[in-house]
Amino acid sequence: MRLHETPVISNLPLSGGYYMLSLGAPELSTEAKPGQFVHLRIPNIEASSLRRPFSICDAEAGVIKILYKVVGRGTEAMARIAVNETVNVMGPLGNSFPCPVDDKMPLLVAGGYGVAPLYFFAKNSTTKGALFVGGRSEQDILLVEDFTKIGWETYVSTDDGTLGDKGFVTQILDKWQGAHPATKIEIFACGPDPMLAAVDTRAQNWGVEAWLSLDRHMGCGVGACLGCVQKIRRKTNSGTEEYMARVCRDGPIFRANTIVWEE
Amino acid sequence: MKPDLSVNVAGIKMKNPVGVASGTFGYGVEYAELLDLSQLGFITVKGIRKEPCEGNPTPRIWEVPGGMLNAIGLQGPGTEGFIEDYMPFLRTVDVPVIVNIWGTTLNGYVQTAEDLSDVDGIAALEINVSCPNVKEGGSSFGASPKSVFEVVSAVRKTTKLPLITKLAPNVPDIRVFAKAAEEAGSDALAVSNTLPGMAFDIEERRPVLANKTGGLSGSALHPVAVKLVWDAASAVNIPIIGMGGIFEPADAIEFLVAGASAVAVGTANFIDPSTSLRVIDGIEDYMKRHDMDTVSQIAV
Repeated sequence: MRLHETPVISNLPLSGGYYMLSLGAPELSTEAKPGQFVHLRIPNIEASSLRRPFSICDAEAGVIKILYKVVGRGTEAMARIAVNETVNVMGPLGNSFPCPVDDKMPLLVAGGYGVAPLYFFAKNSTTKGALFVGGRSEQDILLVEDFTKIGWETYVSTDDGTLGDKGFVTQILDKWQGAHPATKIEIFACGPDPMLAAVDTRAQNWGVEAWLSLDRHMGCGVGACLGCVQKIRRKTNSGTEEYMARVCRDGPIFRANTIVWEE
Repeated sequence: MKPDLSVNVAGIKMKNPVGVASGTFGYGVEYAELLDLSQLGFITVKGIRKEPCEGNPTPRIWEVPGGMLNAIGLQGPGTEGFIEDYMPFLRTVDVPVIVNIWGTTLNGYVQTAEDLSDVDGIAALEINVSCPNVKEGGSSFGASPKSVFEVVSAVRKTTKLPLITKLAPNVPDIRVFAKAAEEAGSDALAVSNTLPGMAFDIEERRPVLANKTGGLSGSALHPVAVKLVWDAASAVNIPIIGMGGIFEPADAIEFLVAGASAVAVGTANFIDPSTSLRVIDGIEDYMKRHDMDTVSQIAV
């Protein structure tokens, strides 16, 4: 983990207010593991603005890519970043997805821009599997062709039915699981909390391993400010206990059946 | 001639007058990969009490123009956890370690101070009577000069370590509080903690922080804190550590001009972890430019 001054190679608009930012970061691109994130200092915004955390979507040949959606004043300023500007990047930060187990088929479950760390994961995985991606509408479904290109099956759902099946991503996951009850699987997921909680429940019901990547507002990104904590269950010598884990440092990826979801 | 940046604040020998504020630097170890900690004047670790503390529910932080609101709620490992898990690392860093302490009762402060009194590697205790984010303890003890006096007196009787009292900004006249701490035996003051604030999600029509209110820090707090340091310095003879919205060397120098003997960088650590080191260099340049040999010459 270090600070890097990274030149902007491109900052391309995708559909529906999503962008892909590519930064020249040779050290980062070698060091980064799938599931890790970077903490960006946004240029051209007041100096007291906090950094913003983003999953690494791709890291190859000295370049890291970040998929983001314009949702507030930070990401609005990001959308204005021009080629050849420099962005100060802290990273790579956080833990990473474990390597997929050879005899299990990896299933990736993504909500919206939750595909970002899963794409990096899929590219580096020796075992190929299937991607299940859901979003509100057609424009929220991103990178599907990129997964297809690297040999992954893809299944799409949208809330409004404009692309793929109408409904939640967990419904297409259920459908697939119902059709392949004997297939040994392992789940890797990133998306909003309700989706992750629904995946968590399925992993427990099906008795399979799942790894869930949380998305949180962060302060420091290194575990110092305790702003991004999540209540986590862990085993102790005498039973189990709950503690406030730091999503930035102890996560962002947590094992299924350890996250204490808020009601 | 190279100016002498070293300062002695309440018996704490610092290489330079620039440290980091409690709650913004964890226990030091979190930042060890990002900067050379031994270059800092001091490290004030996250506030702890005797018992472990879970802190507040989330969301705990929120960015606002000019800074941020936080309501962490003093999550911490308790004195035992702190001593076992964090002190071994801190002892390896050649920098004074100040431990911010709190309690929900007067006795809680005393017990926390007791546990830390004879621990090797602790340079001083900072008494937190000003955290706005815990229901019991914290700022409720800082709300009247009488209770500040009581807490500081009780801790004073418990430990020989230098004591720094961290005051709240939202008081009618900080001079009275500064004097109360001085009279109770505080060796220095930290001025100040965050300022209570609030933000709403107007679409959902509810506060953004789970704790509803939080403490404002960052640039927006800077001029408020400068005035508080100025006022407090006029009332007491003990040294003051100025803090609130230091992002650039000039912000720190302002505190030193206003009467602070040292300064602490807070929120800026999150944004640019090298802020303290830039501030140290900036103070040195400033002293050279003004032909000053010692930091104390900066005060007006």
